[in-house]
Amino acid sequence: MTTDTTTQALARRAPTRVPRRRSAERRRRRTALIMLTPAILGLLVFFVYPLLASIYFSFTRYNQLSSPQWVGLLNYRYLFTQDPQVGAAALNTLWFVVILVPVRIVCALVVAGLLVRARTLSGVWRTIFYLPALVPPVASVVAFVFLFNPGTGPVNLILKFFGIHGPLWFNSPSWSKPSLVILGVWVMGDIMIIFLASLLEVPKELYEATSLDGANGLQQVRHITLPTISPVIGFAVVTGVIAALQYFTEAAVASGVASGQATVGGGSSANLGYPGTSLLTYTELLYQHGFANFQFGYASAMAVVLFVITAVLLALTIRRISVFRPEADQ
Amino acid sequence: MTTISRPLATTSRGRSAQTRPAKILRWIAEHAALVAVAVLCLAPIVFVVLTSLMSSNQALTASIIPTHWEWSNYVKVFTTVPLAQWFGNSAMYAVLATLFMLVSSVPAAYALAQIKFKGANLIFLAIIITMLLPPQVTAVPIYVLWSQLHLTGTLWPLILPNLLGDAFSIFLLRQFFLTIPKEYADAARTDGCGEFGVLLKVIVPMARPGIASAAIFMFFNSWNDYYGPLLYASENPNAWPVAYGLATFRGVHGTDWSITMAMTVVVMIPVVIIFFFAQKAFVEGIALTGTKG
Repeated sequence: MTTDTTTQALARRAPTRVPRRRSAERRRRRTALIMLTPAILGLLVFFVYPLLASIYFSFTRYNQLSSPQWVGLLNYRYLFTQDPQVGAAALNTLWFVVILVPVRIVCALVVAGLLVRARTLSGVWRTIFYLPALVPPVASVVAFVFLFNPGTGPVNLILKFFGIHGPLWFNSPSWSKPSLVILGVWVMGDIMIIFLASLLEVPKELYEATSLDGANGLQQVRHITLPTISPVIGFAVVTGVIAALQYFTEAAVASGVASGQATVGGGSSANLGYPGTSLLTYTELLYQHGFANFQFGYASAMAVVLFVITAVLLALTIRRISVFRPEADQ
Repeated sequence: MTTISRPLATTSRGRSAQTRPAKILRWIAEHAALVAVAVLCLAPIVFVVLTSLMSSNQALTASIIPTHWEWSNYVKVFTTVPLAQWFGNSAMYAVLATLFMLVSSVPAAYALAQIKFKGANLIFLAIIITMLLPPQVTAVPIYVLWSQLHLTGTLWPLILPNLLGDAFSIFLLRQFFLTIPKEYADAARTDGCGEFGVLLKVIVPMARPGIASAAIFMFFNSWNDYYGPLLYASENPNAWPVAYGLATFRGVHGTDWSITMAMTVVVMIPVVIIFFFAQKAFVEGIALTGTKG
């Protein structure tokens, strides 16, 4: 490495610089803060202030016409005991957390494992496997609603060829969420790449040594591969759960396109959750209250609950994920 | 990990435990699986492209190959909706957001990765938390803020904040900058270079792939954004970006799948082109979001 020569050069020069070091350090800190000023301002304006304001609004009745009026815990009481939709919405979101996240991770791991072993054309395979993740989410949802449409969609036509009567997919309350899981697996390229990168770092000698000791492939996966890449799996679980908690775009677009009506927006959110309430997620309900009905106070209460859930999750896990640890790389 | 691998490694090298026919069988099985996954990845895209070239009647039938290639569908998309304008909106959103992000986030990431100072860890933690918390948590007050500035109905509420740094970009850029040994910056400093000089003359040239990767991420995220335009621009179709326009398209055009698929392809094309030009930097960037470089 060239760094060695640089260090030597530094070591030679160091003594002459000692008296100036103190002021240089102070100057350096000032420059660092100047460079960070926009980001710090951004944190204050777009994070600290709105977080505090959300908490305040959540204790008020607040809509477009009136300024916030203190109502105490009224919004929270309605949220936890009366709102007829919040239970279904929370369960739908929980469904995505419990099903979508692990299914995606397992599939991504399997495909990444396949890619690690591919020696011929490895670049081509990688590109093809990543390609679906590149499709803009809205486009992928529109495409999938077409591919899975019950009448003329290619998927049901193929199933019919094998004598299977396909379900209604995005038009069936019991199949709409599984359909989105299939879509979620199709676009899993990002986690796959992250897994692939970490699998490539597992020392090859470990596999060679254990296969000499007679370990089979499955044992190697269990005792070598998974323990070595477990921090990366942890990263995928945490970021996956956080993404699932805010699951919105895919569900909203799928509802709009599958119902065949103009989608949410312009204040109309009639088909949010279609079919039935099967795709109504927690963040969609929050959107509906806050930005279709302009119940800012109640939407803020929903936001604060979401914040608390995410914050607890992060507090429990953030220290264990190396890429999020500031000291990890020093 | 290395402490375990060392003693084991000495015993390895040389012959494999498998026999020749087993190896060939395994090769075949692995490649069959690779081909199967590749087909599953590509088939939806192929179906979409083929359907986009059918007549609207044929799109409702079981046929897979267009009997008559309707290239005019791609012209029709531009005439039935203001697609050129939506493209312009998307381009403006993505380009400005990316430029603003670079101006504000590159120096911030440099300060966090290459300058040692008190408070750096605290700021980094705050940035990580902003990056991870759902945007819905802060959406109401930020919306009220922009509506008081009379900027709802436009894409500016999604573009302007990038002047004040983007948390994910700062995180990603810092990851890249950390892979550059600090000795380079130190050497430049002892040569009398100020911090901005070190950043522009030493770090930026060395981290070009990383900066490219962060820029592409930002460009894609803005290009693909649905939630932001829904929140701020849904009542003003003149301000819609293409991704948002596509989501409303089917509602307007009923069951005309062929033209809907043509529009879907049109929205995908720019992203795919950019990807093939900058594939390496982009893939490296994804890997760095989840692993240390």
